[in-house]
Amino acid sequence: MNWLLVVEQCLNGLQLGVMLFLMAAGLTLVFGIMNFVNLAHGSLYMLGAYFAVAFLKWTGSFAASVVLALLATLVVGMLVEVIALRTLYERDHLDHVLATFGLILFFNELVAIAWGRAALFASVPPALGGFVEILPRLRYPLYRAVIILVGLAVALLLYVVVSRTRLGMLIRAGASNRTMVAALGVNIRLLYTVVFGFGAALAGLGGLMAGPIYTVQPGMGEEILIEVLVVIVIGGIGSIRGALVGAVVVGMVDTLGRAFLKPMLATVVSPAAADSAGPALASMLIYILMAAVLYFRPQGLFPATRS
Amino acid sequence: MARRRRALAMLAALAALAAIPLVAGLVNQPFYLDLFRRIMIFAIAAVSLDIILGYGGMVSFGHAAYLGIGAYAVAIPALHGVHSAWVQWPLAMALSGLAALAIGAISLRTSGVYFIMITLAFAQMLYYVGISIEPWGGDDGMRLARRSQLGGPLDLGDPHVFYYVVLAILAVLLLVGDRVIQARFGTVIRAVKSNEPRMRAIGFSTLRYKLAAFVLAGAVGGLAGALLANQTEYLTPSYMHWTRSGDIMVMVILGGMGTLAGPVLGAAAFLLLENVLSAWTVHWQAILGPLLVLVVLYARGGLWGLLPGGASRDD
Amino acid sequence: MRTIKAATVLALVAALLAGPAGAADPLKIGFITSLSGPAGIIGKHMKDSVELALDHLGRKVGGLETEVIYGDDQRKPDVGKQLADEMLKKHRVHVVSGVIWSNVMLAVAPTVTGAGTLMVGTNAGPHELAGKMCHELYFTTSWQNDQTPEAMGKFMQDQGLTDVYAMAPNYAAGKDMISGFKRYFKGKVVAEVYTKLGQQDYQAEITQLRAANPKVVFVFYPGDMGIQFLKQYAQAGLREQIPLYSVYTVDEISIPAVGDAALGNFETRYWSPDLKNEANARYVGDFKKKFGYTPTFYGAQSYDGIMLIDSAVRAVKGDLSNKKGMVAAMRKADFKSTRGRFTYNNNHHPIQNFYLLRAVKGVGGDIELQIQKTVFENHKDAYYQDCPMKW
Repeated sequence: MNWLLVVEQCLNGLQLGVMLFLMAAGLTLVFGIMNFVNLAHGSLYMLGAYFAVAFLKWTGSFAASVVLALLATLVVGMLVEVIALRTLYERDHLDHVLATFGLILFFNELVAIAWGRAALFASVPPALGGFVEILPRLRYPLYRAVIILVGLAVALLLYVVVSRTRLGMLIRAGASNRTMVAALGVNIRLLYTVVFGFGAALAGLGGLMAGPIYTVQPGMGEEILIEVLVVIVIGGIGSIRGALVGAVVVGMVDTLGRAFLKPMLATVVSPAAADSAGPALASMLIYILMAAVLYFRPQGLFPATRS
Repeated sequence: MARRRRALAMLAALAALAAIPLVAGLVNQPFYLDLFRRIMIFAIAAVSLDIILGYGGMVSFGHAAYLGIGAYAVAIPALHGVHSAWVQWPLAMALSGLAALAIGAISLRTSGVYFIMITLAFAQMLYYVGISIEPWGGDDGMRLARRSQLGGPLDLGDPHVFYYVVLAILAVLLLVGDRVIQARFGTVIRAVKSNEPRMRAIGFSTLRYKLAAFVLAGAVGGLAGALLANQTEYLTPSYMHWTRSGDIMVMVILGGMGTLAGPVLGAAAFLLLENVLSAWTVHWQAILGPLLVLVVLYARGGLWGLLPGGASRDD
Repeated sequence: MRTIKAATVLALVAALLAGPAGAADPLKIGFITSLSGPAGIIGKHMKDSVELALDHLGRKVGGLETEVIYGDDQRKPDVGKQLADEMLKKHRVHVVSGVIWSNVMLAVAPTVTGAGTLMVGTNAGPHELAGKMCHELYFTTSWQNDQTPEAMGKFMQDQGLTDVYAMAPNYAAGKDMISGFKRYFKGKVVAEVYTKLGQQDYQAEITQLRAANPKVVFVFYPGDMGIQFLKQYAQAGLREQIPLYSVYTVDEISIPAVGDAALGNFETRYWSPDLKNEANARYVGDFKKKFGYTPTFYGAQSYDGIMLIDSAVRAVKGDLSNKKGMVAAMRKADFKSTRGRFTYNNNHHPIQNFYLLRAVKGVGGDIELQIQKTVFENHKDAYYQDCPMKW
């Protein structure tokens, strides 16, 4: 058993999980606080990637492009909330689904009109292009290691904000009992806009970090949106801790499944059967996992308590 | 009073649909037969989804799976020489119903967004299974060797006959659907959507009712899938993809959920818009998208609610 | 009241949708491709190439005034079929052309040929249509799907390469590519790995690949999957270590998106922008001038499709009802193709050369694919013997 290989795959799983967490955190926040199903979260992820590419072209500096892209996504998120989504909070989830589905179509086309349909060039900045020697004989791409660190830092930041600051207290209170918080004189509308913008910025961060390793093209958000929805469902909607645990679990299961499921299957069935069953099973693995979790805990692993 | 108006409206719509082939013949555009037939097939799918979504409050994002199962239930027997619709179509409904039973039994333990996600997951699983099964074409799909045989003069190869068969099925579905909604079963389902704990407190075993509705919806979805396979004479696992479920859901919500005519209207509006807009501009999605948002913001009962008198929903 | 309203709306809709009466006889070509969505870029390449072909012909194909009606299949077979029905019945087109995807083609082609209309496919090459389902009225200007990996297999076999690690997405085309490759490559295949369709992150597979220590990697990753794989393969440092051979992965669409990550990679194809012949020089040169980007094989095939139709219409002197004449003319493939002269096999698929291409830094500093050598001369596909047509 090649233990070094297993360790590296675990690292890969952690990194995938962290990427998913960045998206999941924003989505679960919005869902938990505002009870709003935001399918357009993937579009904000896409905009983050596009803005980063555009600003890099404009300023030539990777650091500047990151900051500007985050700000731009934050602004777009808040604008979308104010213009289109604000009136929908009291409405049915289905109305959220329909409206944000419409937004997905709109943003995909908007991006195609503005930047064309061809995938844009985005690559890892030269400074982050090397390798880091985590263990002797285990060289890991530096960029992916940075992703892990950034993700964990964001998790820590969110934990601090949500549990140690006044804003965090308002967020938790609003998730728990929105009417009471409004009755206490807090500007709930502003709070919601800020939370939505914050969630958008998180999605944008995910997007701009994913750009260099994935493709930057219209529709890039939909594929990852499904995985993110699976994550927050497993983790428990409205819970940041759930999002982190769910994301890491999904990342690990998916990665280890893709790497080791076929060889493991080949030990019990014929290689030919493993060849066709293995990949099919691996692609269904996270769905099977979600179904299993929901069977035993229909509210996810760490459901946020709400009234 | 509202019932009579609704019934009249329903008859008017069906009469209009029945007139399409004549209109198409007058303007010498046989394509409209194909277009509206496809619309009616999706209307059947949308109505089946509305049973659980609009009336039952169960938001299933995996409904397209039943269309796929129904389609395969037609194509696989055809591959082995069994062409009779009397075998294929009941098989389609039975298999989809069974699948719905299995999926529902697990999914209905959850609610809300969890329910949405788990139904989506099951549909995706079926989709990935479909892609991997090579004898049935995998991703390349399957051709339908011959359209389902109904026997005698009812030859689905004739576009007019096929059209009226689909129309008849839609009409029967709406009629039966209306009966079911007004009957005890329908009333219980709607009450469960409105306040499930109360219904349980009264003594109804709500899970059984919901599961029954789920199975019914799945079975009718399977029939829609069988018709779709005949319409296209071709099917692929992509019929089961979650984005297809999304399309059907949009049709239901756009048209007006919780009504029987709403999904029909929604299917017509969605598919017609898609057809007209995409011929007009490549960027048609940039128009359709905001249109949907506007409908949600300002047309609460969907398109059906916009029509005068339509707002008096089945209550 | 509502009935009257409904009827009025219906009448208006009918008026809106009613097509032209079809008076004088211009040539109408229906072109089905994916114009929206992520795959829309391919549709754009094809549409632009069709437009260039029309320009080169003075907007008259075969000497007749021509109207091309484009349809967006959204990558869905049932939409593709609906478009085919619309083009046949509403627009009354004389030829249907285009179609990127095999599963859309399998729904569209029988519909078109079943209605007695000519179909000139310009990309999809499913083996069914090259074999048992071949049809007198169906021609293609592209290839049969398996031919491209067959060429790669032959090249690697001739070079004596071994210890190949093969990867493809887990769907019909992916499996076809690997089996086509193995039809000519008889060396050792270390592993055949099938990944999830649409997968974005290949880090896990790349780690496994590195642990298996193969000598060569062969992949099939079209579209965005290719862009992702190429970037991640390079970032893992493997580009310099293990040579990457691919089909339908590195092309003029993915190169701009991945940049240096594609440098040094090998592909096999029947055409390249630098293929030297008069028609291709004109096509590539004018295309770059008019649209400002480099065309791909999707475009070259579509351009050839229009030229093929042109040659057929000329041969029957504009008599579009003479379908037999047009079929006979098309079989001759008597036109200046961007790939040079080629002949048609009995199944109406081209018998053509295949070349080894490599992504190198071109004259202007941009990365481009350049032909290295010829792998196959006049290569036939593997399914023509299943086709019952003889002529």
